[in-house]
Amino acid sequence: MERSVVFSGFGGQGLLFTGQVLARAAIKDGLEVFWIPSYGPEMRGGTASCTVIVADHPIGSPVVDQFDAAVAMNLPSLRKYGPSVAPGGLLIVNASLVTSQTSARADIDELRLPCTDLAAKGGDDKLVSVVALGALVARLGWVTPDSVQAALREISARKRPEIIEADLGVFAAGMEAGRIGVAA
Amino acid sequence: MTLNPSPELTARPGVPRLIYRKPDVLLDRSTHYCPGCGHGIVHRLLAEVMTELDLPAHTIAVAPVGCAVFAYDYLNVDFVEAPHGRAPAVATGIRRVRPEAFVLTYQGDGDLAAIGTAEIVHAAARGERITAIFVNNGIYGMTGGQMAPTTLLGQKTTSSPSGRDAALMGYPIRITEMLAQLPGVTYAARGSIADASLIGKLKAMIKRACLVQMEGGGFALVEALSNCPVGWGMTPQESLDHLKGPVIEAYPLGVIVDRGVAAAVAAAAPAAVESEA
Amino acid sequence: MTEPLETGIRPRSSDKDSGRRSRVLMKGNEAIAEAAIQAGCDAYFGYPITPQAELLEWMARRMPELGRAFVQAESELGAINMALGAAATGARVLVSSSSPGISLMAEGMSYMAGSGTPMVLVNVMRAGPGLGGIGPSQSDYFQATKGHGHGDYRVPVLAPASIGEAMELMATAFELAERYRTPVMVVVDGILGQAMEPVELRFRNPERHAFDWALTGAAGRPARIIKSIDLVPEILEKRNIALQRKYAEISRQETRWATELMDDAEYVLVAYGTAARVARSAIEKARARGIKAGLFRPITLWPFPSRELARVARHAHAILTVELSSGQMVEDVRLAVEGRCPVGFHGRMGGLVPTPDEVVGALKALHGKVERTRERERKQQQKRHAGRAEGQSAHGRAAVTGPPERTHRAEADAHASVRDGGER
Repeated sequence: MERSVVFSGFGGQGLLFTGQVLARAAIKDGLEVFWIPSYGPEMRGGTASCTVIVADHPIGSPVVDQFDAAVAMNLPSLRKYGPSVAPGGLLIVNASLVTSQTSARADIDELRLPCTDLAAKGGDDKLVSVVALGALVARLGWVTPDSVQAALREISARKRPEIIEADLGVFAAGMEAGRIGVAA
Repeated sequence: MTLNPSPELTARPGVPRLIYRKPDVLLDRSTHYCPGCGHGIVHRLLAEVMTELDLPAHTIAVAPVGCAVFAYDYLNVDFVEAPHGRAPAVATGIRRVRPEAFVLTYQGDGDLAAIGTAEIVHAAARGERITAIFVNNGIYGMTGGQMAPTTLLGQKTTSSPSGRDAALMGYPIRITEMLAQLPGVTYAARGSIADASLIGKLKAMIKRACLVQMEGGGFALVEALSNCPVGWGMTPQESLDHLKGPVIEAYPLGVIVDRGVAAAVAAAAPAAVESEA
Repeated sequence: MTEPLETGIRPRSSDKDSGRRSRVLMKGNEAIAEAAIQAGCDAYFGYPITPQAELLEWMARRMPELGRAFVQAESELGAINMALGAAATGARVLVSSSSPGISLMAEGMSYMAGSGTPMVLVNVMRAGPGLGGIGPSQSDYFQATKGHGHGDYRVPVLAPASIGEAMELMATAFELAERYRTPVMVVVDGILGQAMEPVELRFRNPERHAFDWALTGAAGRPARIIKSIDLVPEILEKRNIALQRKYAEISRQETRWATELMDDAEYVLVAYGTAARVARSAIEKARARGIKAGLFRPITLWPFPSRELARVARHAHAILTVELSSGQMVEDVRLAVEGRCPVGFHGRMGGLVPTPDEVVGALKALHGKVERTRERERKQQQKRHAGRAEGQSAHGRAAVTGPPERTHRAEADAHASVRDGGER
């Protein structure tokens, strides 16, 4: 089987990073993975996204017809990817920025999370995308939380060792929110 | 490297003094150049200087597109042919993997000052440790005497049949002065083949440009103002007179810049690749 | 809240501790760059352009660390000619760019092909024509395989379909370049350049040979000349004949391709690079819907695996070529197939990538058309059989339904590297 998720939002929300964390976690779990960003000038237009495909066999197409999950960290992302989630799929919406709009779809699991608040609770209000990753992992279980934590440690240790603890705290907050759902 | 004047050239009592000898690096062939052409003189000067500085055995030279494309038929050193105008880029590639080689480019004015401006400017700007010989005869000789970037105002060519008109065709380029502005250029000079005295001075410039490279300096360029009797529609003598008159007037002779090797921005010299036989 | 998705993915925790090599996540551009470095690349010359900039940046950091040559050139013209100079001395040289920059390099490539100068050029293809866009594309197939610059020449073109394969092929590219004294192109589209995949850090540094042509200074030997010019037509023709012999030899020895699910395939998808991966996913979906599809994936775009594809075409009901272009490789597919079976095409342009469902749609349409034709022919044949006691058919060819046959790969076997040309 093969599963796909798109992380989308503003540049600076850490979406490409979060996608990489998922990709590294998948490798640790012995899975195949493909990470592809939107690239070039698109990145400078204010939105950033990446797609991550996780599978237990060699991955074919890097493009998918529908996503099994989407993380929409702002309104343009909700509009762009809300309709692309497969029926029965998961849509995580950053309710801190997208206050009233929804996908208006009854056939998907739409999880609205106040990512800024949850990130603050976890230790750093800027790590909004890590909240979404936590929720995604808790909800769908594509990769093990252990692997995600190890991947977070690895990447942060190299680039920003001072935020490792915050990363882990925010990831835990996201996991919890994903498990129980949080009223936004 | 030391200078080793050939013993035959040194006068000894009772022994006839040899005053002319073809350097070995100059191959024993008659050239394809037109009668009266200055390229042969520049080849000869280069051959003399390279011999005097003991350079031929470790020289890698770059031939241009233009009349001097066959330079490798006359100079017995390793040669690579560059696409039109690209000799300074080709030389850069050689320089960066062969720090021990003596790297020489030879270009005409169409090659260097028109199609190859980007390459010459940036090789100079990078201060590549290269010796560049630039033969400026103000015309595209090989293709039949068309206007070059260095063609004088009013000069008739096959592509400026009524004479070069600044309003339509712009002005001649003094590219050596332009390049001399760049800090990467250690040495830039303009000489000429117009007469014996100037030829002697030109040789000194070429020698200096070679020494700059040998001593670890940056980019060194010598422009040799030359003639093209056929392209100019003149006899060889007329062409030399023309060269000494309006051409040198438009392109003043002399050393334009000599920053000295110490001040040179030496190009990065990464490790050489393993030597292949 | 709806039920969590049944993931279908079981983390294979045993893999963590298994003996297999550790895999690291690497970006295509960076993996290609590192593979070139590990393959012994002595010098890199480049110029920034999306979507290959990370390759240049990786080299900018790594090459000086290793004491090797890196120059950010003034243009792609500068870069390719620096490569010419360095390669003329026998150095192992890499240049990379993306489509518009590759156009500028056509001049240098022609000179290098003409003068027999080995070099590897990576094209991370983007959509054209002109400045076009930065999205992934395969619209430089013609440019890569039909000569690129002026004159009668070809260059071997390698087209990996994954980052891991791209890494393997970098060593192959240097090997081919030096063995045949030719520029070699490696083409990937923007997706493979920008994407990250887990790769094993397994590298190969091809053996170095002493070159009897390299310019090193003529100490103790006659001077050497590396040139393409020859103004005497008879001599230039001889040079060209020698070049063509070399190309014939490359075609015989170096053709590479891969096949998947071909044993019982009636419908064959022909695709390379990213398009082949889309095709692979489409094949899975098509098989779930009862269409027996398989994949034929050229790894060398030139030499194109024509003979092998022709063999496949003898038994295929139809072929569907999938490309990120208006249909370029499909011309070579048709030349190879020579009408043995219908050849369809599906492609997207402008930086878009066909999705698996799109390809399945195209395959279903082709399947429907072909099966209707086959049915019609069968009926006609039956009618003729009924009408004539002898039952001879003049239209047997199109109705051949031979047993599924495995593709063979005779000559290339000896020279194929690990995964080339094999069933996977």
